[in-house]
Amino acid sequence: MADTGVVETLLRLIEKVDDGVDSLEVAASLGVDHQVIVGAVKSLQALGDIISAELRSSKHWELTEEGTEIAEQGSHEARVFSSIPLEGLAQSELMKLSFGKIGFSKAMSNKWIRVDKSHEGGPRIFKTVESIDDQVREKLLLVKKANTAQLEEKEKNELKKRKLLSEVTVKSYWISKGISFSTTITKQETELTPEMVANGSWKEKKFKPYNFEAMGVAPDCGHLHPLMKVRTQFRQIFLEMGFTEMPTNNFIESSFWNFDSLFQPQQHPARDQHDTFFLSDPALAHEFPQDYLERVKKVHSEGGFGSQGYKYDWKIEEAQKNILRTHTTAVSARMLYKLAQQKFTPVKYFSIDRVFRNETLDATHLAEFHQIEGVVADYGLTLGDLMGILHQFFTKLGLKKWVEVGNSGVFRPEMLLPMGLPEDVSVIAWGLSLERPTMIKYGINNIRELVGHKVNLQMVYDSPICRLES
Amino acid sequence: MPTVGVKRDLLFKALGRTYSESYLLHLSLLNSLQTSEKEIISREQGDSKASGASDTILYKIDVPANRYDLLCLEGLVRGLQVFKNTLEAPRYRRVSPSSGEPQKLVITKETAAVRPHAVAAVLRNITFTQERYDSFIELQEKLHQNICRKRSLVAIGTHDLDTISGPFTYTAKPPGDISFKPLNQTKEYTATQLMSLYKTDSHLRHYLHIIEDKPVYPVIYDSNGIVLSMPPIINGDHSKITLKTKNVFIECTATDVTKAKIVLDMMVTMFSEYCSQPFTVEEAEVVYPDGKTYKYPELAYRKEKLSSEFINRKVGINESTEKIAQLLTRMCLLSQATGVGDEIEVEIPPTRSDIIHACDIMEDAAMAYGFNNIPRTTPRTYTVANQVPGFSSACLMCCSQEDIAEKLAKKISETKAVHISNPKTAEFQVARTTLLPGLLKTIAANRKMPLPLKLFEISDVVLKDETKDVGARNSRRFCAVYYNKSPGFEVIHGLLDRTMQLLEVKSVHSTFFPGRCAEIFVRGKSVGRLGVLHPDVINRFELTMPCSALEMDIEPFL
Repeated sequence: MADTGVVETLLRLIEKVDDGVDSLEVAASLGVDHQVIVGAVKSLQALGDIISAELRSSKHWELTEEGTEIAEQGSHEARVFSSIPLEGLAQSELMKLSFGKIGFSKAMSNKWIRVDKSHEGGPRIFKTVESIDDQVREKLLLVKKANTAQLEEKEKNELKKRKLLSEVTVKSYWISKGISFSTTITKQETELTPEMVANGSWKEKKFKPYNFEAMGVAPDCGHLHPLMKVRTQFRQIFLEMGFTEMPTNNFIESSFWNFDSLFQPQQHPARDQHDTFFLSDPALAHEFPQDYLERVKKVHSEGGFGSQGYKYDWKIEEAQKNILRTHTTAVSARMLYKLAQQKFTPVKYFSIDRVFRNETLDATHLAEFHQIEGVVADYGLTLGDLMGILHQFFTKLGLKKWVEVGNSGVFRPEMLLPMGLPEDVSVIAWGLSLERPTMIKYGINNIRELVGHKVNLQMVYDSPICRLES
Repeated sequence: MPTVGVKRDLLFKALGRTYSESYLLHLSLLNSLQTSEKEIISREQGDSKASGASDTILYKIDVPANRYDLLCLEGLVRGLQVFKNTLEAPRYRRVSPSSGEPQKLVITKETAAVRPHAVAAVLRNITFTQERYDSFIELQEKLHQNICRKRSLVAIGTHDLDTISGPFTYTAKPPGDISFKPLNQTKEYTATQLMSLYKTDSHLRHYLHIIEDKPVYPVIYDSNGIVLSMPPIINGDHSKITLKTKNVFIECTATDVTKAKIVLDMMVTMFSEYCSQPFTVEEAEVVYPDGKTYKYPELAYRKEKLSSEFINRKVGINESTEKIAQLLTRMCLLSQATGVGDEIEVEIPPTRSDIIHACDIMEDAAMAYGFNNIPRTTPRTYTVANQVPGFSSACLMCCSQEDIAEKLAKKISETKAVHISNPKTAEFQVARTTLLPGLLKTIAANRKMPLPLKLFEISDVVLKDETKDVGARNSRRFCAVYYNKSPGFEVIHGLLDRTMQLLEVKSVHSTFFPGRCAEIFVRGKSVGRLGVLHPDVINRFELTMPCSALEMDIEPFL
């Protein structure tokens, strides 16, 4: 806040005039620095429309340091002239004076002095005229008294060239009365306080306007990872379609449930060390439903249930191997087996959870990701039903070209019948990854920025809510 | 899904006409994509290397994984022509040699230790051209990569029969005792030398492990002691096939005889087309050590009966029995209505080993019908939705042993961690037993973010558990970390109080250890801990600020 004294004086000055005052003139008349007046103007502006201040800029000429010296003591040439006595002065003596060199050449060209080079004891300087007219000094004095207008442009430029004058731009305010002009000032309040509300003083208060250009303070809130946001949307879609979520909290699975029960042969490349994480501890699963296991073994090695089978030597050792599950279909298999042990009722299941593949990592592949899976089991389901439900699902998702996004199909009888499901029950299923749609939705190119500890927290903070249909 | 590359012009020549790109794309059999050799090379090796390559247009065709009959141009063309009704599916026949005894392959008992099975057949009076020859070699490679599981299950050897003389012996010998000149080499090597020679061969080194540590290696000799091949690694140079070869002896050695029969059937059905008697294959006899003799190739045709009602019901269409029989016939499954009700008799040819159940026939009918022509319906399945209380998070499940043990000043044996036997990197040694390291690593990777950092995760860890069938179980955890210039224990403590309030747990008490860590007890049971992290732990995760954390088991609250 500027000096209140200055502010009040300024207001009284404005009160007296009809139109307004120039801040520079005010400064001159009060004998204070211009910046003090500028400060007062700024603080009055902040209070609202007490004054109106129009910024003006003007150019004017000012003496340089050298120019000031000349205005006071005379030009160098004049000082040279006056320092020469009647009997003359040795040139070497003159040159010792501070103004000697410049003054000598100017005085010479003005023909005020002459040099007697043949003088005994070195060149000597004599006056050639009685008196001189120091025009430079007079011009500078005019500038100093702010009577610049009396000088010709050419003269000013000449002096500028001699670095005696400089042209400066001065900013000043033209200050006049504002709409709510008053000579008494009330301090503006920054915030409404409980007291103001209680005693009604807010009615008299003026409030400082907010700066709506500035950013607000970021709310102190949590941020959900984009994957979680997309996951919530997928769950919502499944729940709307009447699907029940499967418990998927078993990352460690036996090869039996992950592969064999799905009628995936034991030599299948997916069961290779290069594709699946096997466990060294605990290396083997030790408990299986024995009669079911026998039926699985038979359908692989000999066929049955209307199938030729794969006709190979099925080994329990292979089925026992523990792995990190490679798909959530292992969970679906357990659920369907469980279902087959009861009186069959139609079900619609879904799950969204982690699966693991021993992949070589790159920008789009990670060794672990989330799989979304939907399963419908009922009497007499058709391929048309599969395509219909996929269409519904992906329409809700807002995806037209769904064929490329996921996998889908009908579970084979060799998988379902050994479980004990009724023969006329069909199971349709489809799956896709959670990461892929999330990356598309949030424009993320490198999966490692999305998942894992290298996640970019700024991205987590900034990502908008997920509305898949939009 | 294997991809088959065929030259467009060859395909059109074989089909006897040209087709538009879009037409081929619409064929439900194929998913094709047009490209040229030049484009492939320039994509893979840069433009400079591509300048010399041909501009021949290649079709890259994705073939279903079990359709081995579509892995070469011959099979693709045949499939398309039958589908277009321009060709009747050929009948493949096994024939006896016109004169004399069939070729014989005798298996000795030594093979039992390494590769006990073999099958064989002869293609008589075949005519090769450069393209046919290339396709012949290419099909072997494709079969090796797919059904043969990189030669581990089955390995194919093809030989110029006129350079060798039967009967042939399939035996197994110590590698030092096997010596021959392998394909495209100039001198003889012992099997031991070959194994080290091929260590650096970009192609063959992938197959060495199949027999490397066996005491004996498989080898096939002719009656004069000439080596035909040392399966599954390399053939002999002596019997190699050339463009001039007229009679081909094909042997397949295997650990899985079912697959070997399929592979042999595939080779001979595809290339008997070029024999003087097309689609006939001369039989060969295989004699097992126990004296049992088998004739190959099997070329078995199998008959299945099913009802058109079954197909209509499973696909969700309503077509006549005759129409469905036609659809199947176009898929190389010769079918006819038997006249008994809506019964259809379907004949499965030796090329369609993928048909193992009526559901496969149903799928072929749907494919011929066109998936896009099947009316989309909504299952009537009435169900009520239920959800599992679920959370998840984005930190990785797997990590290094160091993360969950050493860095947290624990012994790995104390962690009950599940260990992975075949990780590709150290980041996948164990499944995590705690959520804390993941959050600390996340902070370390985001040190440029403004303080304080407050992170939480609700997710599963995996712990060994003898009572479970697989010996391990998931456990749901809640973990939170506060990272700032001061440890902010009160923030973490406040979070715990709030969490407990939301979980409606009243009897929480924290037993403060001397120092700055507290154990969380709920109803008298310890469920987790909270406190200020030890500076050593902070340093080991490459962090520089104080940090307080909370981790607890939330399984009891689910």
